[in-house]
Amino acid sequence: MTGWTVLGSLSAPIGEIPTPGRDSVAAVSPTPVNQDMATAAPTPAHQDAPTPVYLDAATAVPLHPVARQALLAALDDGWADPARLYTQARRARQLLDAAREATAETLGVRADEVSFTPSGTTAAHAAVLGGLAGRRRAGATLVHSAIEHSAVLHAAERHVAGGGTAHAVAVDRLGRLDLTVWAEAVRTPGVALAALIAASHEVGTVQPVAAAAELCAGSGVPLYVDAAQVVGRTAVPQGWSVLTASAHKWGGPPGVGLLVVRKGTRWESPWPADERESGRTPGVLNLPAVVAAAASLRAAAADAATQAARLTPLVDRIRARVAAEVPDVEVVGHPTDRLPHLVTFSCLYVDGEVLLHALDRRGFAVSSGSSCTSSTLRPSHVLEAMGVLSHGNVRVSLHRETTEADVERFLAELPGIVAGLRAEAGVVGL
Amino acid sequence: MSGPAQVLDCRGQRCPLPVIALARQLPELPVGAVLRVLADDPAAAVDIPAWCRMRGQEFLATVPDGPGYDVRRSR
Repeated sequence: MTGWTVLGSLSAPIGEIPTPGRDSVAAVSPTPVNQDMATAAPTPAHQDAPTPVYLDAATAVPLHPVARQALLAALDDGWADPARLYTQARRARQLLDAAREATAETLGVRADEVSFTPSGTTAAHAAVLGGLAGRRRAGATLVHSAIEHSAVLHAAERHVAGGGTAHAVAVDRLGRLDLTVWAEAVRTPGVALAALIAASHEVGTVQPVAAAAELCAGSGVPLYVDAAQVVGRTAVPQGWSVLTASAHKWGGPPGVGLLVVRKGTRWESPWPADERESGRTPGVLNLPAVVAAAASLRAAAADAATQAARLTPLVDRIRARVAAEVPDVEVVGHPTDRLPHLVTFSCLYVDGEVLLHALDRRGFAVSSGSSCTSSTLRPSHVLEAMGVLSHGNVRVSLHRETTEADVERFLAELPGIVAGLRAEAGVVGL
Repeated sequence: MSGPAQVLDCRGQRCPLPVIALARQLPELPVGAVLRVLADDPAAAVDIPAWCRMRGQEFLATVPDGPGYDVRRSR
């Protein structure tokens, strides 16, 4: 710990920082809790239970050690309201400014273009609704890909409910945007904003953001890019006017989003007036979490190329082995033009929810786009847009703590688990 | 072109059950015959065409009644 400071974590050269383990449900529970419930990680129910292997980084990445350390320090140091005019507030303001500077530097933007929000979802809502509001004189049409995150689609629904229009642009079987249709859509008169996810959070396919941005620029349409799966992992694409991201996707704490609005963009806050964050997002920030998010983003970005080089072949291995060793499986998404850490496949005749529970019993945490695993009982709109099998779907996403041994154990156990479920359901040989 | 040789009512069933029923029933029909699968689970709209592609069978059309999905046994 010697020499470590919270400000240093936002500006000093990146180094390895050890961290103590702590925190439990016990700290917030009014009554003593069962020991099995006291840790965040799934606790084996009995002695021979398998070691947990967390493979759902696309939902949330385990807290980066730098984030933990910055969070703990900032809890002591950054509790005051940074908008006030006394010593404690100035200290909080100093932390907030440093967090903003560090984030801007990592993203290659100006500090006054960066706002922190209470979540990635809030940032996405603000990006869409604010981008449309700022350009209402140009028109009321939102153009977006068919595979945007549900936060973007829900904002689009709100826009349509208020009398606006939304135009979803199709993707191909591999999940890549149809640029010809996109080109036609964005040059139609009345388009206020275009939205394109940088890379699919469900199947990993990287989108042609630079080409899409060029087409937008040709028609004077600003482009919003949801970069939740790329910030802190790969190079952030160019050409956008508004960008959002989410800290728990790169190892920061949950509850911090990023909204970046480039200078000169016509963007108008869709929220009631508030002076915080340049008027872009209302309410006091969770400053300790913001500091932890910024510190961990620096660390994740500094390590991103190394992690990508390590995880890309592991995903290649999963793609190849699942296709070869699990019968009747469809591995989806682009095989090469994809995120380094994410792979999705669907197993014919297998119920997605049953498969998730079976994997969980063996210690594997993954997610699914199958309808039975969603609260709406609809299949993932991404799998639907691609026209690929939606049942028996599994998304595996890796992170900095994922080891080759974790992947090997998953690959060793998966064929037997799927075969067992098919035998139980009586669907072998169909 | 004639109508479906057989109708399989999978309404009320959730995926993958309609696809499993289709996979069981189609081989019972002669090559060239059409099976109509009625399925109201929204996932069937994605999964029945996907199954046809994976199995080399011919997906003909979605019909509004049911909704239903017409599949021709092509091999």
